[in-house]
Amino acid sequence: MSTLAQKKGFGATIWDYLTTVDHKKIAILYLIAGGFFFLVGGLEAMFIRVQLAVPNNDFVSAGLYNEILTMHGTTMIFLAAMPLVFAFMNAIMPLQIGARDVAFPFLNSLGFWLFFFGGVFLNLSWFLGGAPDAGWTSYASLSLASEGHGIDFYVLGLQISGAGTLIGGINFLVTIINMRAPGMTYMRMPMFTWATFVTSALILFAFPPLTIGLFLMLFDRMFGANFFDPTMGGNTIIWEHFFWIFGHPEVYILILPAFGIFSEIFAIFSRKRLFGYSSMVFATVLIGFLGFMVWAHHMFTTGMGPIANAIFAVATMAIAVPTGIKIFNWLFTMWGGSIQFTTPMMYAVAFIPSFTMGGVTGVMLASAAQDYQYHDSYFVVAHFHYVIVGGVVFALLAGTHLYWPKMFGTMLNEKMGKWTFWLFLIGFHLTFFIQHFLGLWGMPRRIFTFNEGQGLDAANAVSTVGAFFMAVSTIILLINIIMTSIKNEKVGSDPWGDGRTLEWAIPSPPPFYNFKQLPLVRGLDALWIEKMEGKKGMTPAEPLGDIHMPNNSIIPFVMSSGLFVAAFGAMYHADEGNTWGIPVLIIGLLITLGSMLVRSVKDDHGYHIHKEELVDDDDKGVKA
Amino acid sequence: MKRLLKGRLSFIFLFAMLTLILSGCGEPFLSTLQPAGEVARTQYDLMLLSVVIMVGVIIVVTAIFLIVLFKFRRKDESIPKQVEGSHKLEIIWTVIPILLLLVLAVPTVKATFDLADVSPMEETNEDGKTDVTTVNVRANLYWWEFEYPNEEIITSQELVVPTDERVYFNLIASDVKHSFWIPAVGGKMDTNTDNVNKFWLSFDGDKAGEMEDNIFYGKCAELCGPSHALMDFKVRAIPRDQFDQWVGNMQSVTEPVAAESATAQQGQEIFNNSCIGCHAVTPANTTPEAARMAPNLTNFGDREHIIGYLENNEENIKKWLNDPESLKPGNKMTDTYGDLSDEEIDALTQYLTGLKVQD
Repeated sequence: MSTLAQKKGFGATIWDYLTTVDHKKIAILYLIAGGFFFLVGGLEAMFIRVQLAVPNNDFVSAGLYNEILTMHGTTMIFLAAMPLVFAFMNAIMPLQIGARDVAFPFLNSLGFWLFFFGGVFLNLSWFLGGAPDAGWTSYASLSLASEGHGIDFYVLGLQISGAGTLIGGINFLVTIINMRAPGMTYMRMPMFTWATFVTSALILFAFPPLTIGLFLMLFDRMFGANFFDPTMGGNTIIWEHFFWIFGHPEVYILILPAFGIFSEIFAIFSRKRLFGYSSMVFATVLIGFLGFMVWAHHMFTTGMGPIANAIFAVATMAIAVPTGIKIFNWLFTMWGGSIQFTTPMMYAVAFIPSFTMGGVTGVMLASAAQDYQYHDSYFVVAHFHYVIVGGVVFALLAGTHLYWPKMFGTMLNEKMGKWTFWLFLIGFHLTFFIQHFLGLWGMPRRIFTFNEGQGLDAANAVSTVGAFFMAVSTIILLINIIMTSIKNEKVGSDPWGDGRTLEWAIPSPPPFYNFKQLPLVRGLDALWIEKMEGKKGMTPAEPLGDIHMPNNSIIPFVMSSGLFVAAFGAMYHADEGNTWGIPVLIIGLLITLGSMLVRSVKDDHGYHIHKEELVDDDDKGVKA
Repeated sequence: MKRLLKGRLSFIFLFAMLTLILSGCGEPFLSTLQPAGEVARTQYDLMLLSVVIMVGVIIVVTAIFLIVLFKFRRKDESIPKQVEGSHKLEIIWTVIPILLLLVLAVPTVKATFDLADVSPMEETNEDGKTDVTTVNVRANLYWWEFEYPNEEIITSQELVVPTDERVYFNLIASDVKHSFWIPAVGGKMDTNTDNVNKFWLSFDGDKAGEMEDNIFYGKCAELCGPSHALMDFKVRAIPRDQFDQWVGNMQSVTEPVAAESATAQQGQEIFNNSCIGCHAVTPANTTPEAARMAPNLTNFGDREHIIGYLENNEENIKKWLNDPESLKPGNKMTDTYGDLSDEEIDALTQYLTGLKVQD
C-alpha cells in the first residue's frame, strides 16, 4: 500500500479512484463529475436559447421546455457549480493550511459518491419517463400537480446529493479548525481557506432546511402526506420559505469560494499582498451571516405584507456594503502592484465589472417596491446570471487555469486559455446584458415561447447569438484540456512564479502525503515570506518522521449506491399495482446500513509511511 | 494589437448601449419603462433613483479599474511594496455605500407601504360592498377570471377597468400558483392557492387612450405548467362613464342571449349540449367558484383576443375549437367534448362571435 508513484493499469486506476480517500484524487473526481454536469447543463442552456431565438418557435415543445429549464437550473447549481467549487476546496484548502489530508478522508469519499449517485439518479429521469418540470425552485403547488415521476427524481436525487454536500461541509469545517500547520493562526489563513471555512459553515446551516423541505415533499408525493396541500390543511408557502432559507445562503455558498479564488489570483498576479486582509475576512463572515437574514426577498410578491417586505428589503441592501468592501479591496490590491495578465488574472479582472453589474441590479431587486416589476421577469434572469456566471463560473474557469498545474502537474495552454476567456466574456455579456431589458420590457421568465409584436424579438435573437460564443469557448477549453493532457509537460512547484501560499511550496502534483514535514508558518502568505528572505521553501516545523495515512475503501461507494437503489424503490412503490417498490427500498437501505455496520465494526487504523521511504523519495515533500 | 482589440470592443459595447437607449423602452402596452399608472410610475421613479445611484458607483469602480489596468501593468521584475491596507480608505468605502443605500432605502420603504395600502377595500358599506372598484382575480390553468363583487358580474381573459382611479384586487389561484402582472401598469402579485392576496393598481387614462383599443397586456409571471408562456390576459382600461356603461350592459344579460342567424342558432344548440357545463354565457356571479370551471363567455365577441393571446377572428376560433392542445398545451379543455365536424365548428364560431354586450 505504501509504495509511492507507480505505473498502473487502466482497471487498477479505476479501482484506485473508486476507493480513494485522498483529497487530491477526490478533487479530481469532483472536477470530472462537475465538469461533465456543467457540459450537460450547458447543452440544456443551448436548447433554451435556440428555442427562444425567434418568436413562436417549435424547436422544443412546451412541456419539454419546462423540463429543460428545470434541469438546466438544478444541474448547474447542484451538480456543476457546487461540485466544481468542492473540487477546488478539496484540492487546495488542505494544501493551503499545510495539512496532509482532510480531517475525515473516509467521509470525504462518501460525500463525493453521494453527490455523484444523486446527480446520476436525477439525470436518469431523462430516460425514465421525463425530467422534473417545476423549475429548480420546485414550488409546491406546481410540483405536487406535476404528473409522472419527474419531481420524484428531483426530490430523491437532491436528497442524496445534498447529504453528500452536507458531509463535505462538515468535513471542511473540522479540517480547518483542527488541522492547520504550526503557526497557521486563523488570521494567517489564505483568503480561499477563509472562504472555504465560511462556506462550509453556511452549508452546515443551509442544507438542513432543504433536507426537511425535500422530505416533506417526498412524503407528500410518495407516501400520501399533505404538508403542502392547502385543501387538507397544508400550506404551499411553507415550501417557499424552506426552499429560500436554503436557497439564498446557497448563492453565497457558491460565490464566497469564487471570491476566495479571485482573492488568491489578484494577490499572485499583482505580486502584492491582499489589500485589507482583515476587512476581507470580516466582510466574508458578514456576508455569510447576513446571507441567512434575507431569504424572503425572493418572495416579495408572495404577499407577505409591507412590514416583512420592508425589513427584508433593507436587510438585503445591507449585503451590498461588505460586498462593496471586497470589490474595493481587490481594486486596491492591484493598485500599485505589478499586474501580469495571465489567463486566471484576465478572468479576475473581467470579474470586477461583471460582478459589479450583478451587484447593482441586486440592490435594485432588493428594493421591494420596484422588485414587484422585476420579480420573475427576465431582469431577474439577467441578474442572477451576472452574479453566478460573472462571479462563480468566471472563478471556476479562472481556478481551472490557476490550479490545473497544481492538480495535474502541467500547465493549460495560455494562448487557448485567452481565446476561451475572450469568447466567454463577449458571449456572456451579449447573452445576458440584453436580458435586463427584456425583463423591463415585460418578458416573464420561464416562458417557452413568445408572440411576435411585443418588441421582444430582436433582443432574444441577440441573446441567443451570445450563447453560441460561450459554447464555442467551452469547446476550446475542452480541446485545451485534452491537448495539455496529451503533451503533459511537467512543471515545478510554483509554475506561476509568484505563488504566495503553502500549496505552491510543494511539488505539482503534490505527493499523496502532501508535506513530508509539516511547514512552519510565520505569517500571512507563508511562502512569500520565505521567498522574500531568499529561502527556497518552507522551514519544516517537525523532524522527519513516520506519516500516518488512511487506507482506501470501497465502502463509501457501496454505501451511496444503496441509497441510489432505495430511491428507485421509494419512487415507484406509489405507482398503481407496484409490488417491488417496498422490497427494493428495503434492500437499498439494507445495503447502506450494512456498509455502515461493516465500517463501524471493522477497525481500520490506516498505515504508516516510514521515515526511510520518505528519505528515498527526496525530491518530494517539503525541502528543508 | 490587444489594446486595439479592447478599444474596438468597448466601442461596440458603447454603440450597443446607445442603440438600446435610443430604441429601447419596449412596447407601450407591455413595458415597465413606459409607466401607465400610479404604481408603475412609483416603481419607475424608484428604478431611476437606483440607476442614478448605481451608475455613480459604477463610474467610481470603473475609473479605479481603468487606472489600475493601464498604470500598474508589469513593466519589470521588481517587487511592489506590500501594503497591508488603509483604515482611512476602508472607512470611506464602508460609510459612503451605507449613505447611498439609505438614500434608496427610505423611498423604498415608503413605496412598499404605499403600494400595500388596501384599506379602502376593507371598509364595507351597509350592503356588504365596498365604495371602491374591486376585482376578484382567480387564476386557473391557463385562464383568468375577473369577478366584480360590487357589480355582481363576471368576465374572463379581458379585464375591464375604469381609468384614473384606484382599482383594488383580490387575488387567488384555484389550481396551482400563478402571478398577476400588467407590466405597463404596475408590478405583480402572486395568486396563491392558500390565501387571498390584495393590492391595487391605477390605470392612466391618457396613456390608455394612446393604446390600440385601450388595451394593455397582462402576463402570468409564475411558472405554472406547459402553457405558462401562453397564459396572457388583456386589460381594457376605459373612462369611468364607459366602464359604467359596460357594467350596465353586462348586468342586463340575465338570460343567455339567443342567437340570431340560423347557423348561430345551430351553434347555440351545440354549445348548450357540449360547452355550457363549463362555460357560462351569463355574467351573474351566483354560481360557486368550483362550478366555474372555464372562462365566462358572456362578452366573448367583444374581446380583442381569444385564449388570452391570439387575435379574436374566426380563423383562430376555429383552430382553437378544432385542436385546443396545439394552441395551449396542457389546457383543461382538450378532450372534454367530442369530435366536432367542420360544420359544427363553423356554427359554434358564428354563435360565439355573436356573444356581445356592446355594439
